[in-house]
Amino acid sequence: MSGVAGMTTPRREGPLKLALPRGALWDDTLEALDRAGIETATMRGDSRSLIFDGGGVQLVTMRPSDVPTYVEAGAADLGITGKDVLLEQHDRAVYELLDLGYGECRMVLAGRRGDESLGESERRLGAMRIATKYPRVAERHFEQTGRQAEVIEVKGSVELAPLIGLADGIVDLVATGRTLEENDLEVREEIARSTARLVANRVAHKLRATELDELSARLREASEASR
Amino acid sequence: MIHPIPPGTRDVLPDEKRELRRLEAALCQVFDAHGYGEVATPTIEYDEVLARGDGRHAGAAYRFFDERGDLLALRSDMTIPIARLAANRFAAEDGPLRFFYCSTAYRAVRPQRGQMREFTQAGVELIGVPAPEGTAEVIGVLGEALDAVGLERAVIGLGDADLYRQLLAELGIDEAARSSLIERLAAHDLVGLESELAELGAVSDKDIETLLRLSQLRGPPEVLAQAHDLGGQAVERATSRIQATWEAIADTPVAERVQIDLGLLRDLGYYSGAIVEVYDPAVGHILGGGGRYDSLLARFGRDLPAAGFALYLERLHVAQAEEEKAGSGRQPTGETG
Repeated sequence: MSGVAGMTTPRREGPLKLALPRGALWDDTLEALDRAGIETATMRGDSRSLIFDGGGVQLVTMRPSDVPTYVEAGAADLGITGKDVLLEQHDRAVYELLDLGYGECRMVLAGRRGDESLGESERRLGAMRIATKYPRVAERHFEQTGRQAEVIEVKGSVELAPLIGLADGIVDLVATGRTLEENDLEVREEIARSTARLVANRVAHKLRATELDELSARLREASEASR
Repeated sequence: MIHPIPPGTRDVLPDEKRELRRLEAALCQVFDAHGYGEVATPTIEYDEVLARGDGRHAGAAYRFFDERGDLLALRSDMTIPIARLAANRFAAEDGPLRFFYCSTAYRAVRPQRGQMREFTQAGVELIGVPAPEGTAEVIGVLGEALDAVGLERAVIGLGDADLYRQLLAELGIDEAARSSLIERLAAHDLVGLESELAELGAVSDKDIETLLRLSQLRGPPEVLAQAHDLGGQAVERATSRIQATWEAIADTPVAERVQIDLGLLRDLGYYSGAIVEVYDPAVGHILGGGGRYDSLLARFGRDLPAAGFALYLERLHVAQAEEEKAGSGRQPTGETG
């Protein structure tokens, strides 16, 4: 007797939907998909389309920070996004299946070079002021290390904040460290390391197990081959 | 002027309420036909009573004081209140006791579609019937409930709540590390799980591989044999428990809905042995779940085996609507079978 009717008969849902991050992870993601045998040629043009046919997989492109939202709701079955995004949205219920290895960067606390205002604010004013695009990661970090911080959320270039006095320091993502250097900032603490991750919707992971495992295995092989 | 209501709560207007009522009636009719009797318990209970049921007390999120200064809490599910009810009101009966309910419960979740802070659960509790018969009966009722609301494609995942606790102990991992690993497993954070296991140092690469593979084993009953081949006493015990449950339902209509899932973990602290979860391909969230909680009644002074499940009424409603959109659903008829 077969276990699940849907596993032996073709499903009505069509191909798996894979959410892909536009932005910093984009080029490496396309390469990873190529190596996994997924069709990416149509995505490489300057098409304004958001949805592409990957040959057996439907590819949906979006901001990296939207990937967990689409995957949690099941609008996409799988997604690729940075661990930094998953850390910031840690209450999103998605399954984290695979470390894809690329897009390596660090989440750090940085301050102005040779400037003591981080420590001084904490000592004299009871809290340091931190500007960040990752308010929840920042709050958690200071909470876990027993310090008080006033976390200020900004959307654009975070480096600006300490330079003109909005904050004493920043919590941000650093890949090469060049942006920090050019703005006269230096790393004070490392909070977490981040790479691209493959995430899955909880229900799709259960109900489309065979297809999903197969795609995940191809991506795993592709990422191992490139290391 | 708009007068706000708290986040995660909502008003229900006649069109929606009519459909919810119909859904509820279809479920209640199934439960009733199987000899389950409806019960209601207070929405508020003493906090210490709810905490007695779930040691980790993950559930109750809303607490407040009454006029005497006693700490009260809003129930986060119906299983603990019904365990209390059975211990209080049926102190001399060994069962079997069969109860069903359709009641609101409260959790501090992030509000989104089908997930509110105040929500309705419809479910059953079967007290006094051990595994595997009791589990099989409950899964059978669950299958009929899904039939009755027209979710023909819904799937029931069947796993074992004790598997990982026992397996991690068998691998010699200490208590503190165990609970963190269990959380990783429950969240299916495979990347974090692998690195945390590697950091422990004491676990061999082969055992790490076994754990990762085990958590990914889901599908037809054949996966039990694959799990068994991974070896170890904890796996052996868990697979034979799941096998016994499977054999008890294999020849019944619900069997074709059931998927074996060695990666299943429920986040409520009182489960032991068989656990189930309900999915529908049209929606991305879980429709309900349940399982055995053979030690829960003992915490209230009655050492009786028990099992049950709860379906989230509003999520079932969303699933019905999505299935209709997908062209494969049908209106709930209110008829069983």
